[in-house]
Amino acid sequence: MGYTENELAKDLENQEYKFGFVTNIESDKAPKGLNEGIIRFISAKKEEPEWLLDFRLKAFALWKEMTEPEWAHVHYEKPDFQDITYYSAPKQTKKYESWDDVDPEMKETMAKLGISMEEQQRLTGVAVDFVMDSVSVATSFKSKLAELGIIFCSFSEAVKEHPELVRKYMGSVVPMTDNFYAALNSAVFTDGSFCYIPSGVRCPMELSTYFRINEGGTGQFERTLVVADQGAYVSYLEGCTAPQRDENQLHAAVVELIALDDAEIKYSTVQNWYPGDKEGKGGIYNFVTKRGLCERNAKIAWTQVETGSAVTWKYPSCVLKGDNSIGEFYSVAVTNNYQQADTGTKMIHLGKNTKSTIISKGISAGKSQNSYRGLVQIHKSADNARNFSQCDSLLMTDECGAHTFPYIECKNSSAKIEHEATTSKIGEDQIFYCLQRGISEEKAISLIVNGYCKEVLNQLPMEFAVEAQKLLAISLEGSVG
Amino acid sequence: MITIKNLHASIDGKEILKGLNLEVPAGQVHAIMGPNGAGKSTLASVLAGREDYEVTEGSVDFDGADLLELSTEDRAREGMFLAFQYPVEIPGVSNVNFLRTALNEIREYRGQEAISAKDFMAMVREKSAIVELDPKLASRAVNEGFSGGEKKRNEIFQMAMLEPKLAILDETDSGLDIDALRIVANGVNKLRSEKNATIVITHYQRLLDYIIPDVVHVLYDGRIVKSGPKELALELEEKGYDWIKAEQEAK
Ligand SMILES: Nc1ncnc2c1ncn2[C@@H]1O[C@H](COP(=O)(O)OP(=O)(O)OP(=O)(O)O)[C@@H](O)[C@H]1O
Ligand SMILES: [Mg+2]
Repeated sequence: MGYTENELAKDLENQEYKFGFVTNIESDKAPKGLNEGIIRFISAKKEEPEWLLDFRLKAFALWKEMTEPEWAHVHYEKPDFQDITYYSAPKQTKKYESWDDVDPEMKETMAKLGISMEEQQRLTGVAVDFVMDSVSVATSFKSKLAELGIIFCSFSEAVKEHPELVRKYMGSVVPMTDNFYAALNSAVFTDGSFCYIPSGVRCPMELSTYFRINEGGTGQFERTLVVADQGAYVSYLEGCTAPQRDENQLHAAVVELIALDDAEIKYSTVQNWYPGDKEGKGGIYNFVTKRGLCERNAKIAWTQVETGSAVTWKYPSCVLKGDNSIGEFYSVAVTNNYQQADTGTKMIHLGKNTKSTIISKGISAGKSQNSYRGLVQIHKSADNARNFSQCDSLLMTDECGAHTFPYIECKNSSAKIEHEATTSKIGEDQIFYCLQRGISEEKAISLIVNGYCKEVLNQLPMEFAVEAQKLLAISLEGSVG
Repeated sequence: MITIKNLHASIDGKEILKGLNLEVPAGQVHAIMGPNGAGKSTLASVLAGREDYEVTEGSVDFDGADLLELSTEDRAREGMFLAFQYPVEIPGVSNVNFLRTALNEIREYRGQEAISAKDFMAMVREKSAIVELDPKLASRAVNEGFSGGEKKRNEIFQMAMLEPKLAILDETDSGLDIDALRIVANGVNKLRSEKNATIVITHYQRLLDYIIPDVVHVLYDGRIVKSGPKELALELEEKGYDWIKAEQEAK
């Protein structure tokens, strides 16, 4: 049976951004601006080894030579990189031995996010590595994971405890030269998550990290590295909310996934950053580089539900390097009011018999612009590669826009590529039908939209799917026109 | 159950209902017949609260409530049900999820607790049996890929689930094969009681062999122009609507 939509009603009562609050934890932060000194400050603060400082400085040197990209369908005021604080940490830096030690205010924050950790631990078996601003503050289930040899910790901790793994894989999928924001991230990243699943191990629980941007004017530069060794399996969840804010906040994360031979990684994201108010003021700029590398017979599936951010630019991609490897991309991107999203995926087929599937569902409301940009690249070496893409757009008003840009580059004639695309407007007939059965308009929209996104939502773990449905409902409130 | 007085309604500035009067007491079944374009579906839509229509004059009393003051969803929650002439598809939303949402909204409105999943499923089994609806259809997406007849049957299934006070069936018989017609009619008959009322809109007197109406009305040019016992349906089937037209023009 479907999910219960009753809880939704309560959330729907609240018109304003639900997670718009600021936690008041004094910060230990760097002065605004970006220069070599700041990078050395970050590195020193984090007690990093020499090689990592060198990595940062090299990236910074590269970044200075790069220019910010321009995109046809995205318009925004360029961030002032000298007006950003690149490091801030909750003052209380000591690690928590147990859940009881966690700052009550922090717990409250998590409760507001609807992810009470006790609940999560007890009910869902989710191990949460909670990242507030730039420093990880709570980790759980570590010992259980450790028994299996699974490493799941903050990026900083991984640098200290497992430098050989970090050094081996960091930057191997998203090189610092990749793009403007990846270079910036490589220079100034402060923390993030690291996950390693040893050969042949199936991670018994969903690994989850909640990101949160908490400090006014603090850009957040996360780095995530997930490595599934041969034959390993992991399902990783990433979710975010951010406090309401007046000036735009920049977020430029890098996520790298590595699936070695026969390994499988599922990476799911529910993204709900502050999108700006009804006039389009405020909101998060989200420029993320996410990419996964598949070795032989490996599989990577990206699933994302994007409802937040003022501007989103994001293309989770798969490099299908090994023969018989599989890449999947399932996405729901909602834009409302003045939000702009330019998302999609890249599937790079290098190995033989590689397969990719793309299911993209765009929903535009208000005056928003929603673009799908997908690249399917079949290299000469990729005999019998197959791709199936389906890109659907749903329009909630007459003022919003949906754009689809599928790019196909095929250098091997044995490839089979299928592409389907549809655009539809939410039906007044459908809404009337629901109303006539006693269903309120808000709930009707939620039902219809969730039905439309079903193929994607079905890919998410159950509890995440429920959360995603709530976000869809909240972000589309009163949006039919 | 429902009393309609001098109802005028228009769409895009064009008047379709032109002073319609109709009263259907509780416990009765009334049939409405009339030529294409007479305004039958319009009447159903106006009563159900479709926003495209503007009611310019008249009043509708629905079991003591001023129907025209109620929102579309509240009319449904008060017990008004419309079986659509053209049921709508809602891809990806299962029939059961749809119905459970509807049922719980109605229950909440009436101050009742939400139905448990177990009771709900028991109800689905019981009610789908009444219209001999394949249980598989209950778990499929609302009307998506249903055949014409299956859609109609699904409407009656929904009606059985929601137990309305007043059901309006808009050409529920069209597109049904003989067996389905009998099954749907049986379903409607089983749901008949002293406490509810039914308005059956149809072009064919055949349906009225199964669902015996207390009164047959002729809707012509936005008004009820003739009412009579069930034999009126037979007469219309034999003679068509020309004599009605002639009668009206004579007036
Ligand atoms: N948007 C509109 N603008 C103008 N006229 C309209 C509009 N919608 C419906 N009509 C007209 O209203 C009249 C009544 O239509 P209605 O659907 O109520 O007829 P009906 O009696 O149900 O017919 P049928 O037997 O064919 O189902 C028709 O003449 C139709 O063309
Ligand atoms: Mg009609």
